[in-house]
Amino acid sequence: MNRGVIHVDESPVPLERWRRFLPNWLKRYLPVRGGRSEDHHGKAIFGFTVFLLSESIVFLSFIFTYVGLRLTHSRNWLPPGVSGPELSTFVIINTVVLLSSSFVIQPAENSLKHDHIQKFRWLWLITICMGSYFLIGQGIEWSKLDFGLSTGLVGSTFYVLTGFHGLHVLTGVILQITMLVRSFIPGNYEKGHFGVSAATLFWHFVDIIWVFLFSLLYLWQA
Amino acid sequence: MTHESSENIIINREPSNELENNWRQYLSFSTDHKVIGVQYMVTTFIFFLIGGLLAMLIRAELITPPSNVVDRPLYNGLFTLHGTIMIFLWIIPFNAGISNYLVPLMVGARDMAFPLLNAISFWMIPPSGILLISSFLLPNGTAQSGWWSYPPISLQIPPGQPINGEFIWIVSIVLIGISSIMGAVNFVTTIFWMRAPGMTFFRMPVFVWSVLSAQLLQLVNLPSLTGALILLLFDLSLGTQFFKPLENGDPIIYQHLFWFYSHPAVYIMALPAFGIFAEVLPAFSRNPLFGYRSLAIASLGIAIVSIFVWVHHMFTSATPSWMRMLFMVTSMLVAVPTGVKAFGWTATIWKSKLHLETPMLFAMGGAAMFLLGGVTGVMLAAVPFDIHVHNTYFIVGHFHYIVFNTITMAIFAAIYFWFPKITGRMYAEGWGKIHFWLTFIGANLTFFPMLPLGLQGMVRRISSYEPRYQGWNIVASLGGFLLGVSILPFIANMVGSCLYGQRASNNPWLATGLEWQTTSPPPRDNFEEIPVVKRPPYDYGDPKYSVIEPPDYHQQENHSR
Repeated sequence: MNRGVIHVDESPVPLERWRRFLPNWLKRYLPVRGGRSEDHHGKAIFGFTVFLLSESIVFLSFIFTYVGLRLTHSRNWLPPGVSGPELSTFVIINTVVLLSSSFVIQPAENSLKHDHIQKFRWLWLITICMGSYFLIGQGIEWSKLDFGLSTGLVGSTFYVLTGFHGLHVLTGVILQITMLVRSFIPGNYEKGHFGVSAATLFWHFVDIIWVFLFSLLYLWQA
Repeated sequence: MTHESSENIIINREPSNELENNWRQYLSFSTDHKVIGVQYMVTTFIFFLIGGLLAMLIRAELITPPSNVVDRPLYNGLFTLHGTIMIFLWIIPFNAGISNYLVPLMVGARDMAFPLLNAISFWMIPPSGILLISSFLLPNGTAQSGWWSYPPISLQIPPGQPINGEFIWIVSIVLIGISSIMGAVNFVTTIFWMRAPGMTFFRMPVFVWSVLSAQLLQLVNLPSLTGALILLLFDLSLGTQFFKPLENGDPIIYQHLFWFYSHPAVYIMALPAFGIFAEVLPAFSRNPLFGYRSLAIASLGIAIVSIFVWVHHMFTSATPSWMRMLFMVTSMLVAVPTGVKAFGWTATIWKSKLHLETPMLFAMGGAAMFLLGGVTGVMLAAVPFDIHVHNTYFIVGHFHYIVFNTITMAIFAAIYFWFPKITGRMYAEGWGKIHFWLTFIGANLTFFPMLPLGLQGMVRRISSYEPRYQGWNIVASLGGFLLGVSILPFIANMVGSCLYGQRASNNPWLATGLEWQTTSPPPRDNFEEIPVVKRPPYDYGDPKYSVIEPPDYHQQENHSR
């Protein structure tokens, strides 16, 4: 290699990486010629993604019910004396905490990929705290509301949608705690860390669902 | 088709005996996909018998116009549980069982992608089924609102009865649904990831394509039923108001969510049956499957179109005209890929010498009956006709032509066809033929009268009817009892052949599928070594393969078409 030659960095520019995202994904997850059964990590992540796809349809059916009821009953949506869920600062902070936790858990997973286990544990712990904060915040919000589960359609839909989502947040937090505990067992993550990747995927899923629920329940005011 | 002479039949490879002699594993928690497959099939067959018994009670009630055999609430419970059991505890889990057994073998895998999850999926079925049937013991009886469980009928429960038939019905269906979702994740991952080297997508047998399409439908559509049932459960027990019309709720939304799953559910049941036809018909006509690629793609086509047809169940539910027109067109579109399938089967047996063994009889009978089931389906897709026969026995007749005369016949074809592979023994041919003719005649006697009855206006879900309908009803009831009797030679044949049947060779039908290239029954890990696939799946009629020697996936180098 000559000294005078300027080296061009051959790693693909971000745009190129995105252009190749779909072909790369297809190559990774649609092994057309067969014979990929030894890739246990890829297989498990594929299965988990398929499961999440199916899980999102349950949410979609709830959202469909909500939108359908809301459109046909816009006039008597709120029973007399009920103001409905309020877009307070408290709710906004809660939402920001939950959504920003996605940007904490991703570096956590990446640092485990690069064997920085200490960094992983700290970032993972922060995610657990953020998730728990959201759960406690939702509990406080529920206790302050002036309507209950059987107070008209607004009560039914609000508690079922947020409750079902909260159940998923709780599941995510329990998954994360399990993964954190497992990280202290020596040699546990040497053969790959499917559990951590799955928990990360699950957490992103829970966050994306919340974006939709937040817009529908709080921002869509009649 | 000739069975090989008795000298050639006994194949004593060690691994097969190990599996065969250890019958206790079929009663235990095993992660072997073959054991789980058999567990599924036997369990669901027991549920089939229970569902059939309920059907015979219904037919006994309907043999005379007045309601005199069972009282009204019990009659409602009978048809509710008959439908529920046959759909959720017989056809869908049986398909899961036969797919469980065959898919890993057919794609050349050692097991399913997630064996533990597979076992858990199965072990959720028996408790859910027992829970469902045990609701007969409740003081108010079982659920009475039909297998579709429409609100507000399903919400009309006397107050102060928190655990009632409807509650139990919902809980068990949700549990079965969770089991199906886990199974679907497993199947899709297995088909995508566990294929043997060289098993490209277009070298997969059509049965695997059908299972893939059906399981994708499970993943996309089943959660909407789960969601609807969760909301219904809350309405029933927690005082929410989603589907209560008197409190602003909207029962039509339930219908949308319900049919978004339950229409595709028909294809979830039918697609594996179509796959079975595509395996059995070529094997017994010694012809390559006609239009393999189109049949494979048609499976996916049926799956995709069927997602967009659910509103045709709601033509009379105050659906706006534009929506009716739209869904009439999409519903009729399903006939296109389905027609491709039927054409492929017919062309496969065209001008060939048919070997009319029992599996072939069942496959041909099922495919022929599908003609009537399918044509009445296209008729029902037309809005004016549908409005005319809505809620009559015409619907019942059409539906049973699909689910019994097509799908259950296909299931019997599959049982006979793969019986030597699963048990390592041959079934008794004579008994099989008796079973076929009793079933075929019985099924047509039972379900054909329902079509004219429906056209004449007999409504369904009733226990007493006008005397003018009695003639056809007697025919249907007698046919139903014949159908009940027809199951006896089948049971005798299966049990007897399992214990005392002639030893089967590894490939008694000289079929070309990968599952026939291993021992009967296959060893724990399916293949001694994972095969490398180098040719397409249906090589019948090729002089090289149609003689005695079965094709060898390991050796054949240059034989790809």
